[in-house]
Amino acid sequence: MLLPRIEAVLTPILALLAGALVFSVFLLGQGKSPTEFFSLIWRAGFSSAFSWQNTLSRVSPLLFASLCVAIPARLGLMVIGGEGAIVLGGLSAAVLGAFGVALPAPIGFALMGLGAMIIGGLWIGAIGFLRVRRGVNETIASLLMAYIATALFNHFVESVFRDPASLNKPSTTPLPDGLRVGEMPFLDAHWGVAFGVLACIGAWAFIERTTIGFAARVTGDNIRAAQVQGFAVSRLVIGFCMLAGALAGLGGMFEVAAVHGAANASLISGVGYTGILVAFLARHNPLAIIPVAILLAGIEASSGLVQRRMDLPDATILVLQGCVFIAVLLSETLQGRLPDFIQKLNWRAQNG
Amino acid sequence: MADPVDLGLWAVPLAILGGAIRVSTPFLFVSLGECLTERSGRINLGLEGTLVLGAVSGYALSYHSGSALVGVLCAALVGAVFGMLHGWLCSFKKVNDIAVGISMMILGMGLAFYFGKAYIQPTAPRLMAIQFGWWSDVPQIRAALQVNILFIVGALLAVAMAWMFKNTRIGLTVRVVGDSTDAARALAINPMRVRLWATAAGGALAGIGGAYLSLYYPGSWNEGISSGQGLMAVALVIFARWNPINCFWAAILFGGAGALGPALQSVGISQGYYLFYAAPYVLTLGILIATSSTERSVTGSPRELSITK
Repeated sequence: MLLPRIEAVLTPILALLAGALVFSVFLLGQGKSPTEFFSLIWRAGFSSAFSWQNTLSRVSPLLFASLCVAIPARLGLMVIGGEGAIVLGGLSAAVLGAFGVALPAPIGFALMGLGAMIIGGLWIGAIGFLRVRRGVNETIASLLMAYIATALFNHFVESVFRDPASLNKPSTTPLPDGLRVGEMPFLDAHWGVAFGVLACIGAWAFIERTTIGFAARVTGDNIRAAQVQGFAVSRLVIGFCMLAGALAGLGGMFEVAAVHGAANASLISGVGYTGILVAFLARHNPLAIIPVAILLAGIEASSGLVQRRMDLPDATILVLQGCVFIAVLLSETLQGRLPDFIQKLNWRAQNG
Repeated sequence: MADPVDLGLWAVPLAILGGAIRVSTPFLFVSLGECLTERSGRINLGLEGTLVLGAVSGYALSYHSGSALVGVLCAALVGAVFGMLHGWLCSFKKVNDIAVGISMMILGMGLAFYFGKAYIQPTAPRLMAIQFGWWSDVPQIRAALQVNILFIVGALLAVAMAWMFKNTRIGLTVRVVGDSTDAARALAINPMRVRLWATAAGGALAGIGGAYLSLYYPGSWNEGISSGQGLMAVALVIFARWNPINCFWAAILFGGAGALGPALQSVGISQGYYLFYAAPYVLTLGILIATSSTERSVTGSPRELSITK
């Protein structure tokens, strides 16, 4: 019973190290020092209160973006266009917030959150719907929808919802101060982090501890078995996609309400794509997403320092992510081999 | 050069025609490459990364060697190596080809942007075009009928590939592997090796498509040079029913859709131009919805392909 759990933790860690090793070889080939690189990441991402603040400020959207990948993945779906739900969710929150100036803060926040979740949920839910009804490949569809979402976002921000006062950088009307999400007490991080962590715990409990979650896990393992059991697979697919999109939309809302203050091009940050890597590293386990997202956020937070100190371009982080991603996928092939391996060791020990 | 003639609204279809020829070439190469890979029963979603990597390596080599042709060859080589990496990773048990594609997309972009920083400023020699509009005095027609040599190569390649699938031993081998791994094994064909080479060749073609982007149209290197063309080409292959000749027509159609935004802008319609730029994505999605089906496996699809199973 214990062995598979150890393996589930050990394999991704080994993959992470292997990816970092390949990346180190790449850096050596470029005449740069890997030790300096990783110590800079440690210093800029994790070593002091200030660096933790820097890291935590990037965690919130990553948590939501990774959940958007991990939740459908439990059904065997590879939805990778969370970015689309993030930007559209952020846009709807910004628009609703700017309209709701006169509303009391709790109602205003509820309105923004709900709007973002509905738009995000419909956006990713549509991908699940297309999958079920038309057999459209969800990976390609979700990525295309992410491009379409970005175009829609740019269109609306520069036309209908543009604040005439935003000259150089087209933005929506800034949110009123009462509808800005603030910092948490004792922690230098905004409330989006807490909600993201709660969402991860909630998603974990939902998948591991409810009958719906059980049906989803069966479907993910073997869709035929699920159909034979009479699970409503179609409804599961659409529902999980909607949940994933709603969470991504909520992540977009926190980006707008806590960080940017309005919807503008800064919202299109590519965090939806980093979320894919986080979800895969966490093996689509919502609880594991929390530490992995913090790690990846720390790496991203150190990007600036790495660029300045080591004279490396910002794409260096992307190369590191690519190396780690490939190592993680490759580690799938080792999955389930640890018990065999230990048995073999035992056998050897007993037989000299 | 004569002064532009006022063509009124006729300028729009003309610009779309010219644009279709210009914009379609990368679609054509990537979709032909993906067609070959998918016919062998594997899907490579990482061609978006290969395209960007081909664009930067082609540009860099063209700049250093002074010859655009060297750039194109280098892009093909880099694409082949990248495709081979994908093929090698997928040959392990339990490794999912779609997920590997996503990771290759990230790695390809990372490497391209990493090495590309130095090449945003310099100007590299560009690919030559053939003037098919010599008979006309209207400069817009001349501009529209400037056809790059790679477009012609791509069109010939589509015909050659269709012929290869139908009439040659290599074509038959690829098709057998794509339709049934077991049948291929029974014929003493190593399916993994065939897929490895099919993915490598597909990557090489995608690399050439990338070199076209940086060496002809738009004709310079920047980080936003490809925005999903590689991915759209994958969807385009499904639409083309895994037939290289259909890939050609589909590429022209997509090129035309991609040229819609700039064409309308050229006659002064700039309202909602972001929406026109989204036209190719909407078209791809629409086609994907129209051509997919849950009931039957899509006609003409290689049976080992994970995407249609």
